[in-house]
Amino acid sequence: MSPALRYDFTPDMESATITMVREFNAPRPLVWECYTTADLLDRWYAPKPLTARTKHLDFRVGGYWLFAMITPEGQEYWSRQDYQAIQPTESITMLDAFSDAEASINPDLPRAVVEMHFAAAEDGCVVTSVTRYPSKDDLQKVIDMGMEAGMASTLERLDELLATLSEKDAQ
Amino acid sequence: MENNQTDLDSIFQALADPTRRAVVQRLGEGSATVSELAAPFQMGLPAFLKHIAVLEAAGLVTSIKVGRVRTCTLEEDKLEAAAGWFQDQREQWKARYEQLDALLDTLKARKKT
Repeated sequence: MSPALRYDFTPDMESATITMVREFNAPRPLVWECYTTADLLDRWYAPKPLTARTKHLDFRVGGYWLFAMITPEGQEYWSRQDYQAIQPTESITMLDAFSDAEASINPDLPRAVVEMHFAAAEDGCVVTSVTRYPSKDDLQKVIDMGMEAGMASTLERLDELLATLSEKDAQ
Repeated sequence: MENNQTDLDSIFQALADPTRRAVVQRLGEGSATVSELAAPFQMGLPAFLKHIAVLEAAGLVTSIKVGRVRTCTLEEDKLEAAAGWFQDQREQWKARYEQLDALLDTLKARKKT
Protein backbone atom coordinates (compact mmCIF):
# COMPACT_ATOMS: atom_id res chain seq x y z
CA MET A 1 0.00 0.00 0.00
CA SER A 2 1.30 3.45 -0.89
CA PRO A 3 1.64 6.14 1.80
CA ALA A 4 -1.44 8.25 2.47
CA LEU A 5 -2.29 10.45 -0.48
CA ARG A 6 -2.86 14.11 0.20
CA TYR A 7 -6.50 15.13 0.52
CA ASP A 8 -7.56 18.63 1.56
CA PHE A 9 -11.16 19.73 1.73
CA THR A 10 -11.62 23.40 2.58
CA PRO A 11 -15.06 25.00 2.75
CA ASP A 12 -15.24 28.78 2.81
CA MET A 13 -18.66 30.19 3.55
CA GLU A 14 -17.53 33.79 3.02
CA SER A 15 -16.58 33.28 -0.63
CA ALA A 16 -19.12 30.46 -1.13
CA THR A 17 -16.43 28.11 -2.35
CA ILE A 18 -15.21 24.61 -1.61
CA THR A 19 -11.62 23.82 -2.53
CA MET A 20 -10.41 20.24 -2.79
CA VAL A 21 -6.89 19.07 -3.43
CA ARG A 22 -6.21 15.38 -4.05
CA GLU A 23 -3.04 13.57 -4.98
CA PHE A 24 -3.05 10.46 -7.19
CA ASN A 25 -0.50 7.77 -7.68
CA ALA A 26 -0.85 7.69 -11.46
CA PRO A 27 0.39 9.71 -14.42
CA ARG A 28 -1.57 12.82 -15.32
CA PRO A 29 -2.87 11.57 -18.72
CA LEU A 30 -4.40 8.52 -17.06
CA VAL A 31 -6.09 10.60 -14.33
CA TRP A 32 -7.36 12.95 -17.04
CA GLU A 33 -8.84 9.99 -18.92
CA CYS A 34 -10.72 8.90 -15.79
CA TYR A 35 -12.30 12.36 -15.49
CA THR A 36 -13.30 12.69 -19.12
CA THR A 37 -14.38 9.25 -20.39
CA ALA A 38 -17.93 8.02 -19.75
CA ASP A 39 -17.23 4.35 -19.01
CA LEU A 40 -14.36 5.27 -16.67
CA LEU A 41 -16.36 7.98 -14.87
CA ASP A 42 -19.13 5.44 -14.29
CA ARG A 43 -16.63 3.23 -12.49
CA TRP A 44 -15.63 5.72 -9.80
CA TYR A 45 -17.88 8.76 -9.63
CA ALA A 46 -20.64 7.41 -7.36
CA PRO A 47 -19.64 6.79 -3.74
CA LYS A 48 -20.68 3.29 -2.66
CA PRO A 49 -23.33 1.97 -2.36
CA LEU A 50 -24.49 4.28 -5.17
CA THR A 51 -23.65 3.59 -8.79
CA ALA A 52 -23.11 6.11 -11.58
CA ARG A 53 -24.61 5.82 -15.05
CA THR A 54 -23.80 8.15 -17.92
CA LYS A 55 -26.57 8.89 -20.37
CA HIS A 56 -24.69 11.42 -22.49
CA LEU A 57 -21.15 12.73 -22.54
CA ASP A 58 -19.85 15.10 -25.16
CA PHE A 59 -16.44 16.21 -23.97
CA ARG A 60 -15.91 19.51 -25.75
CA VAL A 61 -16.61 23.16 -24.95
CA GLY A 62 -20.37 23.57 -25.25
CA GLY A 63 -20.94 19.87 -24.67
CA TYR A 64 -22.14 18.30 -21.44
CA TRP A 65 -22.13 15.22 -19.24
CA LEU A 66 -25.54 13.92 -18.16
CA PHE A 67 -25.46 11.18 -15.56
CA ALA A 68 -27.40 9.66 -12.69
CA MET A 69 -26.28 8.47 -9.31
CA ILE A 70 -28.46 5.52 -8.43
CA THR A 71 -29.22 4.15 -4.96
CA PRO A 72 -29.45 0.38 -4.32
CA GLU A 73 -33.26 0.89 -4.20
CA GLY A 74 -33.18 2.31 -7.72
CA GLN A 75 -33.72 5.99 -6.88
CA GLU A 76 -31.97 8.15 -9.51
CA TYR A 77 -30.35 11.55 -8.88
CA TRP A 78 -29.53 13.31 -12.13
CA SER A 79 -26.85 15.91 -12.71
CA ARG A 80 -25.71 17.81 -15.74
CA GLN A 81 -22.25 19.33 -16.11
CA ASP A 82 -21.69 21.73 -19.00
CA TYR A 83 -18.11 22.10 -20.21
CA GLN A 84 -17.16 25.77 -20.50
CA ALA A 85 -13.40 25.56 -21.01
CA ILE A 86 -11.03 22.67 -21.67
CA GLN A 87 -7.23 22.68 -21.72
CA PRO A 88 -6.35 19.07 -22.55
CA THR A 89 -4.73 17.20 -19.62
CA GLU A 90 -4.45 20.51 -17.70
CA SER A 91 -7.78 22.03 -16.78
CA ILE A 92 -11.55 21.87 -17.11
CA THR A 93 -14.13 24.51 -16.22
CA MET A 94 -17.71 23.37 -16.02
CA LEU A 95 -21.12 24.43 -14.79
CA ASP A 96 -22.66 21.93 -12.39
CA ALA A 97 -26.46 21.65 -12.15
CA PHE A 98 -29.24 19.47 -10.79
CA SER A 99 -31.26 18.14 -13.71
CA ASP A 100 -33.68 15.41 -14.73
CA ALA A 101 -33.13 12.39 -16.97
CA GLU A 102 -33.88 14.50 -20.05
CA ALA A 103 -31.09 17.00 -19.23
CA SER A 104 -33.55 19.73 -18.22
CA ILE A 105 -31.93 21.83 -15.54
CA ASN A 106 -33.81 22.58 -12.32
CA PRO A 107 -33.99 26.40 -12.43
CA ASP A 108 -34.82 26.68 -8.72
CA LEU A 109 -31.49 25.32 -7.58
CA PRO A 110 -28.16 27.15 -7.76
CA ARG A 111 -25.56 26.15 -10.32
CA ALA A 112 -21.94 26.02 -9.27
CA VAL A 113 -18.90 26.70 -11.42
CA VAL A 114 -16.28 24.00 -10.97
CA GLU A 115 -12.68 24.64 -11.99
CA MET A 116 -10.36 21.66 -12.05
CA HIS A 117 -6.62 21.74 -12.50
CA PHE A 118 -4.46 18.69 -13.15
CA ALA A 119 -0.80 19.13 -12.20
CA ALA A 120 1.88 16.54 -12.89
CA ALA A 121 3.75 15.68 -9.69
CA GLU A 122 6.85 13.61 -8.98
CA ASP A 123 5.01 10.35 -8.43
CA GLY A 124 1.74 11.12 -10.10
CA CYS A 125 -0.75 13.89 -10.36
CA VAL A 126 -2.44 16.47 -8.14
CA VAL A 127 -6.01 17.50 -8.92
CA THR A 128 -7.27 20.80 -7.49
CA SER A 129 -10.95 21.46 -7.79
CA VAL A 130 -12.68 24.69 -6.81
CA THR A 131 -16.49 24.71 -6.61
CA ARG A 132 -17.88 28.23 -6.54
CA TYR A 133 -21.51 29.14 -5.88
CA PRO A 134 -22.88 32.48 -7.13
CA SER A 135 -23.43 33.72 -3.56
CA LYS A 136 -23.45 32.73 0.09
CA ASP A 137 -27.25 32.47 -0.12
CA ASP A 138 -26.96 29.97 -2.95
CA LEU A 139 -24.54 27.82 -1.03
CA GLN A 140 -26.83 28.06 2.00
CA LYS A 141 -29.72 26.88 -0.18
CA VAL A 142 -27.83 23.80 -1.32
CA ILE A 143 -26.80 23.05 2.28
CA ASP A 144 -30.35 23.44 3.62
CA MET A 145 -31.61 21.14 0.88
CA GLY A 146 -28.97 18.55 1.69
CA MET A 147 -29.78 18.71 5.39
CA GLU A 148 -33.51 18.38 4.77
CA ALA A 149 -32.76 15.23 2.79
CA GLY A 150 -31.99 13.76 6.19
CA MET A 151 -28.27 13.28 6.04
CA ALA A 152 -26.75 11.59 9.03
CA SER A 153 -24.74 13.80 11.33
CA THR A 154 -22.78 13.17 14.48
CA LEU A 155 -20.86 15.25 16.92
CA GLU A 156 -17.70 13.43 15.87
CA ARG A 157 -17.71 15.73 12.89
CA LEU A 158 -16.90 18.63 15.16
CA ASP A 159 -13.32 17.53 15.54
CA GLU A 160 -12.90 17.12 11.80
CA LEU A 161 -14.50 20.46 11.07
CA LEU A 162 -12.34 22.23 13.64
CA ALA A 163 -9.27 20.49 12.22
CA THR A 164 -10.19 21.71 8.74
CA LEU A 165 -10.63 25.28 9.95
CA SER A 166 -7.36 25.18 11.91
CA GLU A 167 -5.41 23.94 8.88
CA LYS A 168 -6.74 26.91 6.98
CA ASP A 169 -5.43 29.31 9.64
CA ALA A 170 -2.02 27.69 9.57
CA GLN A 171 -1.58 28.40 5.88
CA MET B 1 -37.30 22.01 15.33
CA GLU B 2 -38.63 25.56 15.32
CA ASN B 3 -35.82 26.95 13.22
CA ASN B 4 -34.33 24.69 10.59
CA GLN B 5 -32.76 27.58 8.69
CA THR B 6 -29.31 27.58 10.21
CA ASP B 7 -27.22 30.69 9.89
CA LEU B 8 -24.05 28.94 8.81
CA ASP B 9 -22.38 32.22 8.14
CA SER B 10 -22.45 33.39 11.74
CA ILE B 11 -21.43 29.92 12.90
CA PHE B 12 -18.41 29.88 10.63
CA GLN B 13 -17.46 33.39 11.64
CA ALA B 14 -17.72 32.40 15.28
CA LEU B 15 -15.46 29.43 14.61
CA ALA B 16 -12.95 31.45 12.61
CA ASP B 17 -11.07 32.40 15.79
CA PRO B 18 -8.66 30.00 17.54
CA THR B 19 -9.72 31.04 21.07
CA ARG B 20 -13.36 30.44 20.28
CA ARG B 21 -12.57 27.11 18.64
CA ALA B 22 -10.69 26.04 21.77
CA VAL B 23 -13.68 27.02 23.91
CA VAL B 24 -16.04 25.03 21.67
CA GLN B 25 -13.72 22.04 21.80
CA ARG B 26 -13.56 22.23 25.61
CA LEU B 27 -17.36 22.51 25.85
CA GLY B 28 -17.63 19.41 23.66
CA GLU B 29 -16.44 17.53 26.73
CA GLY B 30 -19.18 19.03 28.90
CA SER B 31 -20.44 22.29 30.38
CA ALA B 32 -17.96 24.58 32.15
CA THR B 33 -17.90 27.86 34.03
CA VAL B 34 -16.50 31.01 32.43
CA SER B 35 -13.52 31.02 34.77
CA GLU B 36 -12.71 27.40 33.92
CA LEU B 37 -12.95 28.22 30.24
CA ALA B 38 -10.83 31.36 30.56
CA ALA B 39 -8.08 29.72 32.60
CA PRO B 40 -5.89 28.48 29.68
CA PHE B 41 -5.82 31.90 27.97
CA GLN B 42 -3.55 34.87 28.54
CA MET B 43 -6.22 37.51 28.26
CA GLY B 44 -8.31 39.65 30.56
CA LEU B 45 -11.81 38.57 31.49
CA PRO B 46 -13.55 41.35 29.53
CA ALA B 47 -11.76 40.27 26.31
CA PHE B 48 -12.60 36.65 27.00
CA LEU B 49 -16.25 37.46 27.65
CA LYS B 50 -16.43 39.06 24.20
CA HIS B 51 -15.50 35.72 22.68
CA ILE B 52 -18.21 34.01 24.71
CA ALA B 53 -20.68 36.65 23.50
CA VAL B 54 -19.82 35.91 19.85
CA LEU B 55 -20.40 32.20 20.41
CA GLU B 56 -23.72 32.96 22.12
CA ALA B 57 -24.82 35.28 19.32
CA ALA B 58 -24.17 32.50 16.81
CA GLY B 59 -26.29 30.18 18.93
CA LEU B 60 -23.40 27.80 19.48
CA VAL B 61 -23.23 28.34 23.23
CA THR B 62 -25.81 29.15 25.91
CA SER B 63 -25.06 30.22 29.45
CA ILE B 64 -26.84 30.57 32.75
CA LYS B 65 -25.76 32.57 35.74
CA VAL B 66 -26.30 31.21 39.22
CA GLY B 67 -25.14 33.60 41.89
CA ARG B 68 -21.76 34.84 40.66
CA VAL B 69 -21.00 31.81 38.54
CA ARG B 70 -21.81 31.69 34.82
CA THR B 71 -21.91 28.21 33.28
CA CYS B 72 -21.66 27.67 29.53
CA THR B 73 -23.09 24.79 27.50
CA LEU B 74 -22.48 23.79 23.89
CA GLU B 75 -25.54 23.72 21.64
CA GLU B 76 -24.68 20.54 19.82
CA ASP B 77 -27.57 20.69 17.35
CA LYS B 78 -26.35 24.01 16.00
CA LEU B 79 -22.89 22.73 15.58
CA GLU B 80 -24.00 19.58 13.83
CA ALA B 81 -26.03 21.61 11.40
CA ALA B 82 -22.89 23.49 10.40
CA ALA B 83 -20.57 20.56 10.36
CA GLY B 84 -22.96 18.08 8.83
CA TRP B 85 -23.24 19.12 5.23
CA PHE B 86 -19.60 19.95 4.66
CA GLN B 87 -18.57 16.77 6.38
CA ASP B 88 -20.92 14.75 4.18
CA GLN B 89 -19.40 16.37 1.11
CA ARG B 90 -15.91 15.71 2.39
CA GLU B 91 -16.70 12.04 3.03
CA GLN B 92 -18.48 11.64 -0.28
CA TRP B 93 -15.47 12.93 -2.20
CA LYS B 94 -13.10 10.89 -0.07
CA ALA B 95 -15.02 7.74 -1.06
CA ARG B 96 -15.04 8.77 -4.73
CA TYR B 97 -11.33 9.46 -4.77
CA GLU B 98 -10.59 6.10 -3.18
CA GLN B 99 -12.57 4.41 -5.93
CA LEU B 100 -10.60 6.40 -8.47
CA ASP B 101 -7.34 5.22 -6.82
CA ALA B 102 -8.47 1.61 -7.29
CA LEU B 103 -9.50 2.25 -10.90
CA LEU B 104 -6.15 3.92 -11.67
CA ASP B 105 -4.31 0.92 -10.21
CA THR B 106 -6.34 -1.42 -12.44
CA LEU B 107 -5.67 0.69 -15.52
CA LYS B 108 -1.94 0.96 -14.74
CA ALA B 109 -1.68 -2.82 -14.35
CA ARG B 110 -3.47 -3.36 -17.65
CA LYS B 111 -1.20 -0.97 -19.54
CA LYS B 112 1.89 -2.82 -18.32
CA THR B 113 0.77 -6.20 -19.68
